[in-house]
Amino acid sequence: MALTMEDVRKVALLARLRLDDEELQRMQQQLSSILDYMQVLQEVDVADVPPTAQVTDVVNVMRPDEVRPSLPLEDVLANAPAHEGGYFKVKPVFE
Amino acid sequence: MEYEAVIGLEVHAQVLTDSKMFCGCSADYANAAPNTHVCPVCLGLPGSLPVMNQRAIEMIAMAGLALNCSINHDTFFDRKNYFYVDLPSSYQRSQYDHPISTAGWLDIETSTGTRRIGVTRAHMEEDTGKLTHGGDGSLVDYNRSGVPLMEVVSEPDIRSSEEAKLYCAKMRQLLVWIGVNSGNLDEGAMRFDVNVSVRPRGTTAFGTKIEIKNLNSIRSVERALIYEIERQTKVLASGQTLQQETRGWDEDKGITEPQRSKELAHDYRYFPEPDLPPLAISEDWTTARRAELPELPDARRQRFEREYALSAQDAALLTSERSVAEYFEQAVTAGQGQPAKAIANWITGELFRLLNDSGETIGVVAARLQPAFIGELLGLIKGGTINGPTAKLVFEESFRTGSNPTSIVDAKGWRQISDTSAVRQFAEQAVDANPKVVNDYRAGKTQAIKFLVGQVMKASKGQANPQLAEQALHEVLDA
Repeated sequence: MALTMEDVRKVALLARLRLDDEELQRMQQQLSSILDYMQVLQEVDVADVPPTAQVTDVVNVMRPDEVRPSLPLEDVLANAPAHEGGYFKVKPVFE
Repeated sequence: MEYEAVIGLEVHAQVLTDSKMFCGCSADYANAAPNTHVCPVCLGLPGSLPVMNQRAIEMIAMAGLALNCSINHDTFFDRKNYFYVDLPSSYQRSQYDHPISTAGWLDIETSTGTRRIGVTRAHMEEDTGKLTHGGDGSLVDYNRSGVPLMEVVSEPDIRSSEEAKLYCAKMRQLLVWIGVNSGNLDEGAMRFDVNVSVRPRGTTAFGTKIEIKNLNSIRSVERALIYEIERQTKVLASGQTLQQETRGWDEDKGITEPQRSKELAHDYRYFPEPDLPPLAISEDWTTARRAELPELPDARRQRFEREYALSAQDAALLTSERSVAEYFEQAVTAGQGQPAKAIANWITGELFRLLNDSGETIGVVAARLQPAFIGELLGLIKGGTINGPTAKLVFEESFRTGSNPTSIVDAKGWRQISDTSAVRQFAEQAVDANPKVVNDYRAGKTQAIKFLVGQVMKASKGQANPQLAEQALHEVLDA
């Protein structure tokens, strides 16, 4: 199943990847061949198999509504490239 | 040609838990210094694992039941993927095609009667962080990140901005009533997205849908819709067509504007959240949630009309908030047999006025002005101990100090003067002091006696029994 160049650009944009023309072409080929490979699975009859998102058979894992200590602010901001007054600081975002 | 609007609403409502949806951080984001209620889970740090808050799920199910939805046996979370700085994990845990509750409704009372608005679904998700846009950068606070949120999606059953307003107000009333939401819209406890299109009246096909996102007050919902319906109607009436788009509401200018299209904004690539095992909800569990619900506002309003013979308007006022309804019924129970209608009048009249002035809630005030005081006050009026105007003063004093009406009347010396000879003295003074009015009266202007009654009340500092005063004046004048 061949992906169009448009498909590849869209996927790259959604993943926030900047690809040059040569990379886009390589990705088009590679992603297409991955999809081709996945075609194999299409041959399996899954008419009676419910969609499976989990394989552990565990259900209803919950915790009581109790407040527990949060992280100290210095740990919260330890890896932040920039912060100001306890806030994370990022490049200006205009809405 | 006449056009009609077709409106669907999405209501996002925070769920009133102590801790967040998937971690133990405090959900009280509004009263904390930035980034002090965060941990690896709600910061989306690698290796952290979310665990569902049981109470949040119970409360969202209760809200679903209150909205007449079915609770689904199999339900789970999905990841909604998008990149934005308010979302540290780059996906929002939400629900896509297996929401916890589906297919309900909410009734609204319009000027032309009850309208039933379909509720497509009510699902669970998590709130995002909060951005402050500044000069050389944006500041991010993740205290709100991971606060439990529910989203209620309506059917496109709403036909006017007025109905949309009523729907939002009813949703707020209901969610606050059952204790699921704080109702503090100023703090962002509820936010609204609207979908609106217009079509020639009488047709059934949908027009081109416009979405207006992130309205944070019911007033904004109403104003944005009034503007947008008129705009769309003009475009169509002039023979032009509309483009499906997302528009933003500019509160200051009072207009909607096209939003710079976030390219592919709707390509969220939902998939089941692998970090959260699914829920298998039993019939018993759902029954327990239903049992947890209090009597709902509509049922209580109808019961008030029936049981206490109240007008529809009084019943609606007394069930505007659950705490008011509770207060009213406590006042009736403790009311020494005083009529419910009279108790209702004091609550919707004087009490609402005083609450409005002081800005307090009835829950706070009930500790001072105890529900039993209303029946006591009515008893004092009925027994002739105080008159109507004095009763208002007593009520206000009770409201402020928490003293009971009888002790206030005694302490202030406000007992009505029902001693006929004392009242007669005031009447004689009034007649002597107002010869012109007395002449008017004798000349046939019988209404002039009302002025003299006023003079008696004034001279007695409001304490004379007004009926006795009028009687005494008649005796003096007609003697």
